[in-house]
Amino acid sequence: MLRTTALMAATVLALAVGGTPAAAKVGTVEDIEFAHEGPFGRFDQFQLQRGLQIYTEACAACHGLKFVAFRSLADEGGPMLPEEQVRAYAARFLVTDPETGESRDGLPTDHFPASMLENAPDLSLQAKARAGFSGPYQLGLNQLFRGMGGPEYIYSVLTGYTGEEKEEFGTVFYANTAFSGGWIAMAPPLWDGQVTYADGTPATVSQMSEDVASFLMWTAEPKLMDRRNAGFVAVIFLSILATLLYLTNKQLWAGVKPRKST
Amino acid sequence: MSGIPHDHYEPKTRSAKWLHRRLPIVGLMYDTLTIPTPKNLNWMWIWGIVLTFCLGLQIVTGIVLAMHYTPHVDHAFASVEHIMRNVNGGTMLRYLHQNGASLFFFAVYMHIARGLYYGSYKAPREVTWIIGMIIFVLMMATAFMGYVLPWGQMSFWGATVITGFFGVIPGIGPEIQTWLLGGPAVGNPTLNRFFSLHYLLPFVIAALVAVHIWAFHTTGNNNPTGVEVRRGSKEEAERDTLPFWPYFVIKDLFALAVILAIFFAVVGFMPNYLGHPDNFIPANPLVTPANIVPEWYFLPFYAVLKAFTADVWLVIALNWLTFGIVDASLFGVLAMFASIVVLALVPWLDTSAVRSGRYRPMFKWCFALLVVTFIILGWVGSMSPDALGGWVPALSLLFTTYWFAYFLVILPLLGVIEKPLPQPATIEEDFSARHAPKAQTGFTTQPAE
Repeated sequence: MLRTTALMAATVLALAVGGTPAAAKVGTVEDIEFAHEGPFGRFDQFQLQRGLQIYTEACAACHGLKFVAFRSLADEGGPMLPEEQVRAYAARFLVTDPETGESRDGLPTDHFPASMLENAPDLSLQAKARAGFSGPYQLGLNQLFRGMGGPEYIYSVLTGYTGEEKEEFGTVFYANTAFSGGWIAMAPPLWDGQVTYADGTPATVSQMSEDVASFLMWTAEPKLMDRRNAGFVAVIFLSILATLLYLTNKQLWAGVKPRKST
Repeated sequence: MSGIPHDHYEPKTRSAKWLHRRLPIVGLMYDTLTIPTPKNLNWMWIWGIVLTFCLGLQIVTGIVLAMHYTPHVDHAFASVEHIMRNVNGGTMLRYLHQNGASLFFFAVYMHIARGLYYGSYKAPREVTWIIGMIIFVLMMATAFMGYVLPWGQMSFWGATVITGFFGVIPGIGPEIQTWLLGGPAVGNPTLNRFFSLHYLLPFVIAALVAVHIWAFHTTGNNNPTGVEVRRGSKEEAERDTLPFWPYFVIKDLFALAVILAIFFAVVGFMPNYLGHPDNFIPANPLVTPANIVPEWYFLPFYAVLKAFTADVWLVIALNWLTFGIVDASLFGVLAMFASIVVLALVPWLDTSAVRSGRYRPMFKWCFALLVVTFIILGWVGSMSPDALGGWVPALSLLFTTYWFAYFLVILPLLGVIEKPLPQPATIEEDFSARHAPKAQTGFTTQPAE
């Protein structure tokens, strides 16, 4: 799954910039071949379920998913949890009813809670809001040819901790090879064997990172499968239409083009 | 100038005659659809249909999106997510609208390039050209305001930067900017008025498109030779032209189908490729993005804006001459607006009597370089000034200089110094030479002398 060739965006940029001191250091992002990549790619339902588990057990303590409704966990093209599991999952959260203002157990129609921590960004759209879209030289070639994007970035941040720490003004920063600037305020959130997967997949940091990155791609673009299906139908239909119009056009002009030159 | 002679609509039945005497609407449609069109039009003449389709697509998808969108700073971002997640077909609607803007601008740049190369702006088509330029400017305004509506980081900061252009006007600038924004900074009043105008302007554009079409239906289409259709008699005109329906309608629809197949592939498989990831972060007035960039279709003009840094001698000279009123930021803004104004003035800057670039050997190369310039300006416009080893401002300045030189120096001069190639006498002659039956190949496909 993991390609050995890592994109050395930092090196490329460093060469291009030629040591300009003001330039922000761009991190190293690794290319992963996710199941959802490419025109025929589909989300791996079980990977999304594992990703949901990682999100719930590791990320949700600080981060939120406020744009995502619990009910969408049952949707086609997503983790496709059975309805009773969605109901049970939603009920684990205590929500404030927007109409009565009272606290009650979550229902499938409720959304995931927002971020608990002020400086922890909401993760609903994180996979579409992060780097990896524009390189190299702003030409977008990595995204175009290798499908590199936000999920790769999320994976790289989660696996990019070097173990170094520093303290500045009472805040601890952790060295991270993917994060721009090299130092991130988020403590390493994953460690080997942190969770136990129900399907027996070994819970390595790399595996967990990949699962949660894939899950976050789904939360950012839950209609990915629908969109691609619509794209296929449209392209096939328009290709047939274009062929018919081409033949019509050829026939129409055949009477005009060669014979008129008398 | 009278129109090209052709058959007009004759009502036949009693009811058709009854209507025609009261409202000649069928006659108008008939004359519009059967207008004599030069038969040698090439594939660069299809962009008009593509543009008309784009306008329709944007209006239809936009109206449905507006049913679900909330123009309020607290709800705009969430309402767009609501469209993306909960509205039936909302994902496709939104991505069609978002990428529709890109197709719209791609087509308009091709359309403008066609006009520039084949001299479509020259007499008697200056009015068509000017209306086209007004449409282009309105398109830019509409697209910019549309980009603000999702209320992401680039929406907010793009709005801040673009309205800031008006703030650098000496004296009254800050007041104008406040008036535009509806407050001291980009906020809820800004979002509301942008939404209102984003809904209004497309209909103004639609009306101008009708005038644009009316104008060139009066003068007749230009064509790749630049030679006018003969208007002596109907028979003569018919040897140079074919009716728009069915010949060009079918040809244009074929081209449109091919372009839409590519467009739907982009929408279906890579809808965010042309967008900016920062716009998936809700607007935050306290956090400035590292590199604020507009959408790709504005980048060439954005590069012109950024080309004139404070260390350019022209900026320094003008700064000194105006006692410091014109500084680098004002100079950049003026240059950016001027880069569009020179485009509008091109009918009066081009002194050559020859219309089509096909018969202008020197012009061809200058035009090719202009296209390259436009692409490179777009590329450097996307980069922060310190990228590419710090060469971004220098490249911007170099190609900006060529942009202005093309319009202000090369076009006026070429008309004097260039020796044009012989043009065909008629469109028929050119068409016959190009579409000679294979059996008769004794002469080349070059236009006859």
